[in-house]
Amino acid sequence: MIENADQIFVLLKHWIVAFLPAGFEGVAGVLISVIAIIAVFPTLFAFAVWMERKGLARMQNRIGPNRAGPLGLLQPIADGIKSLTKEDIVPLRADAVVHFLAPVVLVVVVFMGIAVLPMGRNMTLVHMDSGLLFFFAMGASTELSVFMAGWSSRNKYSLLGAMRGVAQMISYEVPLLMSSVAVVMITGSLSLDKIVAAQNQYTWGLPHWYIFTPWGLAAFLMYATAATAETNRSPFDLPEGESELVAGYFTEYSGFKFALFFLGEYVGMLSISGLGTTLFLGGWSAPFAVFGWVPSWFWFFAKVLMSIAVFIWIRGTLPRLRQDQLMNFAWKFVLPFTLLDLMVAALWRFMNDGWARWVVCSAILLLAYALMGGVGMSRKHFGLRKYRYAE
Amino acid sequence: MLGEGILRGLAETAKNFVGSFVSAERLTTVQYPEERIAPIEATRDFPFLVYDGADWEAGMRCVACQICEKECPPKCIYIVKSADKKPDALGKPQFYPARFDIDISVCMSCQICVEVCPFEAIKMDNEFELSTTDRFGGLLFDRRKLAKSNEHYHRIHPTEASGVDARLAEEKAKADAKATATAAAAAAKAATAGKPVGSPAVKQEEGGAQS
Repeated sequence: MIENADQIFVLLKHWIVAFLPAGFEGVAGVLISVIAIIAVFPTLFAFAVWMERKGLARMQNRIGPNRAGPLGLLQPIADGIKSLTKEDIVPLRADAVVHFLAPVVLVVVVFMGIAVLPMGRNMTLVHMDSGLLFFFAMGASTELSVFMAGWSSRNKYSLLGAMRGVAQMISYEVPLLMSSVAVVMITGSLSLDKIVAAQNQYTWGLPHWYIFTPWGLAAFLMYATAATAETNRSPFDLPEGESELVAGYFTEYSGFKFALFFLGEYVGMLSISGLGTTLFLGGWSAPFAVFGWVPSWFWFFAKVLMSIAVFIWIRGTLPRLRQDQLMNFAWKFVLPFTLLDLMVAALWRFMNDGWARWVVCSAILLLAYALMGGVGMSRKHFGLRKYRYAE
Repeated sequence: MLGEGILRGLAETAKNFVGSFVSAERLTTVQYPEERIAPIEATRDFPFLVYDGADWEAGMRCVACQICEKECPPKCIYIVKSADKKPDALGKPQFYPARFDIDISVCMSCQICVEVCPFEAIKMDNEFELSTTDRFGGLLFDRRKLAKSNEHYHRIHPTEASGVDARLAEEKAKADAKATATAAAAAAKAATAGKPVGSPAVKQEEGGAQS
């Protein structure tokens, strides 16, 4: 029974495939999985939007959407219908083909990244040996979509937003990759299935997740920072800064194309949280050995939604950064720290098992954090702003 | 240390998040169509015409002097003066508005019409649920729709309405005193002349018109 609950989706797929003639089984199996992904992730997107609106409202002591359905749960459906029925406006002098392709490219690329994520035991669409590499290749392609949207719109706000977006995404791509490399160094594999399998072990009922090691925690924090910037989330939402750029690179989009951008962004957030979960939070493994009976897919999606909740929490807390602060933070703090973390991971790998490596690795990382943070903060001037030219 | 401020900020938002579920006084939202709060006394949006007594047409204070029509900055008032006269609250014959229309889709709620009115005939209402499916006819209020009783005025702006009533009563008293004085003078004149000049009622009306 417990086995069946864990494997319910796999068994369901086999059951459907069994009805089909012999030659089609392979194709049908993949198609069913793809349809499942395309059905589940937009649903999660709708739920995440609802969560965001409710959560942000509560942080600001408001109630949030509460008219459409119980607790406003049907609000995403109302939003969807609204954007479907709205007029699709293409600016007169825009490059119509590229303007049309940009949201499509974003959504396609974002969904392709999900293909390699292990969403439960035996629940990976493509068992790829270089899954991590594939994921990052797809993730990097979102920059193309951003720039296509900004360039084709023929609007200064769109273009400025796209330039900011591309600069930011390329800058944070580096620490994002570097922090994941630490995991690859320890696991010795780029396959996400193997990375999860390596974390799915328990000592005294506690899991061997990488976040519970000094280098893993550091890498996770850097990964989370870079992921926030990569998905253009607050406080790194400069490409979409409403106050200065209207809506950034999708200023000129309306109707369903706008909805596609919105979908692409949230599914991108879900997929990058899924990768973070896989790399550092043990993927689909249970947090305690005693919870081993709960279906593995439940743990994966629970962890992803928890990460989304943290994204929302951060959005409700922090104000937007300035462009130079953003770049300084990426190149002067996050990147050096991830490089140091790589060395610490290597040290961890080659030191003997025991308390000594915990102490040494933690000490190095903490010291470096305090030092780099201190140096960085000492250069900043807190307090009243001094105007140099204006009296 | 780096990150301290972020943690403090996160704690603050978390406190607000949990607090909004726990303490009712944090959630200040009034869920409007179901819950309502009484409007404060100074609330105003669109003008209405005050009438005294039970009959709106007979008791209307407006004398169609058209000052408000001329002063209205967005020109949303349209008045047609009556051809005949009818007695007002003080009993003297006055013109009355044959038509008095306010287009509230044009009105900007500036209250200038109220300030210029010498007869305390036009005041500001606090009725705000005026949405309609007919955007032309539905938002053009005629005099029947604009006419509201003095009791209504007392209900929505009690302090202001009492002041207005006191002022009107004072004016009426003054007018009455003057009328009686004129009547007495006329009577005395008649008595000395030994023959009647006119009926006292006509004198009284003339005296009232001058005041």
